[in-house]
Amino acid sequence: MPNSQGKHRLETTRRRVLKAGTIISLSGAMLPTTGLAQQAGPQPSPENGVTVPVSFRVNGRPAALDIDARASLLDLLRERLGLVGAKKGCDHGQCGACTVHMNGRRIASCLTMAAKAHGRDVTTIEGIAGADGLHPMQQAFIDHDALQCGYCTPGQIMAAIACVKEGHATTPEQIKEYMSGNICRCGAYVGIVAAIEQAAPQIERS
Amino acid sequence: MKPLSYVRAGTAREAIDAFVAAGDGARYIAGGTNLYDLMKLGIERPAHLIDIADLEGADRIDTDGDRLFFGGAALMANVAEDPVVSRDYLVLAESLSKAASQQLRNMATVGGNLLQRTRCPYFRNGVNGTYPCNKREPGSGCAALGGLDRSQAVLGASEACNAVSPGDWPVALMAMDATIELQGRDGTRVIPISELYRPPSQTPHLEFTIGREEIVTGIAVPKTAAGRNSVYLKVRDRESYAFALVSAAVALEMDGDRVGQAHVALGGVATVPWRARAAEAFLRGRTLDREGALAAATAAFADARAGRHNAFKIELGARTLADALITAGSKSQ
Ligand SMILES: Cc1cc2nc3c(=O)[nH]c(=O)nc-3n(C[C@H](O)[C@H](O)[C@H](O)COP(=O)(O)OP(=O)(O)OC[C@H]3O[C@@H](n4cnc5c(N)ncnc54)[C@H](O)[C@@H]3O)c2cc1C
Ligand code: FES
Ligand code: FES
Repeated sequence: MPNSQGKHRLETTRRRVLKAGTIISLSGAMLPTTGLAQQAGPQPSPENGVTVPVSFRVNGRPAALDIDARASLLDLLRERLGLVGAKKGCDHGQCGACTVHMNGRRIASCLTMAAKAHGRDVTTIEGIAGADGLHPMQQAFIDHDALQCGYCTPGQIMAAIACVKEGHATTPEQIKEYMSGNICRCGAYVGIVAAIEQAAPQIERS
Repeated sequence: MKPLSYVRAGTAREAIDAFVAAGDGARYIAGGTNLYDLMKLGIERPAHLIDIADLEGADRIDTDGDRLFFGGAALMANVAEDPVVSRDYLVLAESLSKAASQQLRNMATVGGNLLQRTRCPYFRNGVNGTYPCNKREPGSGCAALGGLDRSQAVLGASEACNAVSPGDWPVALMAMDATIELQGRDGTRVIPISELYRPPSQTPHLEFTIGREEIVTGIAVPKTAAGRNSVYLKVRDRESYAFALVSAAVALEMDGDRVGQAHVALGGVATVPWRARAAEAFLRGRTLDREGALAAATAAFADARAGRHNAFKIELGARTLADALITAGSKSQ
């Protein structure tokens, strides 16, 4: 897969035209053909992307930065914000390892353009433990050995919390169906279902 | 991935203006679950993305009038769980709840779902000359014809392409006579969903009939009691989170214990969402038993043609449709 997210590119010095806020209000001044395409001076290398400003909240804290417009939310979280809990399993929506919550709903952060996070609330695995300890779902995963290598686990736990909040964790069959977007290569599924059943009563439905 | 610009539009008008101003490389993006995926694969190469996921009012779901209305940017998850849809139009609800995963259904829109591109492995994996594909590179040929064609279509294929139309929701909408509302540069128009899709013929890269700058603003489904006698039966390589090998959308208008009008469409087996008129004609006026259901289902596949590895889809498809007919019929009792 052509990778567009090399780190060096994110340090691009020529901030391009887009001002904070314009991402939401579409004004003539920021139309691609007028502002972005023609640049004087040295041609940007093909690696050099157009940047857009995003500001959003992640785990309750505000974050504001300029990002390559091509970036995924997953790469933004991992490479720019150091939140490496969400994992890149497939990068194509097929495994669930990158699951985070946006405005309280679970999404695949690999197929979410980072620019879409603007103005929204993102919660990652790093943001779910309370001041007084682990989230009940984290504890339940430990209690039920609901993992082996652990690679899928942050995505599983984020999906599991949402599964309960949605009201989709009322029977083992329903849990299996609504957790099917999270693949576990180690096959810890039995423990995962048991963990969700344990934690469900301790989590409020939204 | 090519460098690109990204803007989020607030209204359909704004989006269309931005699209027109941006010129050739412009594309709309909604959930991005298909477009962004294909950009990562180097198959789609937009230069300007206009985000239409947040257009004012575009996520509206309205079931109050004489039709069901779904805004183009309504999320798959929200439509699937709408109380009226999930109670009275199971075929629609199941076509969505059995598609993708909850994460993806929370991102993907019902408008974008109509316009998703094929999952043909040669289309998705063959960029940079690895495999020819008439959809990806018009005129280059088709590696799936005579190749590893287990997943390919048995209905509606041409000499240029046998790629399957992947969506479940369009199949259910096809059975339910949905109409698609479009807004373009010169105003709005409405088309039946059957007119949205082009058969591959010699130009498989032309998949949809709508203009490049047109936005799907809504999807309407006439209300019908047949929705109560309906089902979306989907058979996959695994039980969940997979595209259809074969699927059947069935809704039955009953006349006593006989079928009045059957609404039947097939997925996973055809190059476009496939209305099975022959099966509908066969069923009219009949009582539904196992034998009749299988005969109707077999009629639906009368014109099917298999390649090297996909002949199983013909029998699996017929049996799946027969099961769906029996299930839908049993709901009317
Ligand atoms: C792992 C995986 C599994 C999946 N499984 C299934 C499955 O089992 N069944 C199934 O049916 N689908 C499945 N999908 C596909 C998914 O449902 C579609 O990708 C999704 O519905 C597309 O909607 P979107 O809003 O994300 O569209 P986008 O990706 O944003 O857009 C898709 C296309 O539609 C255009 N577009 C979007 N909205 C509009 C609009 N309102 N007007 C005009 N043009 C528009 C875009 O320009 C683009 O060309 C799966 C996807 C993945 C990644
Ligand atoms: S990394 Fe996002 S679904 Fe696999
Ligand atoms: S614990 Fe190893 S992939 Fe799930």
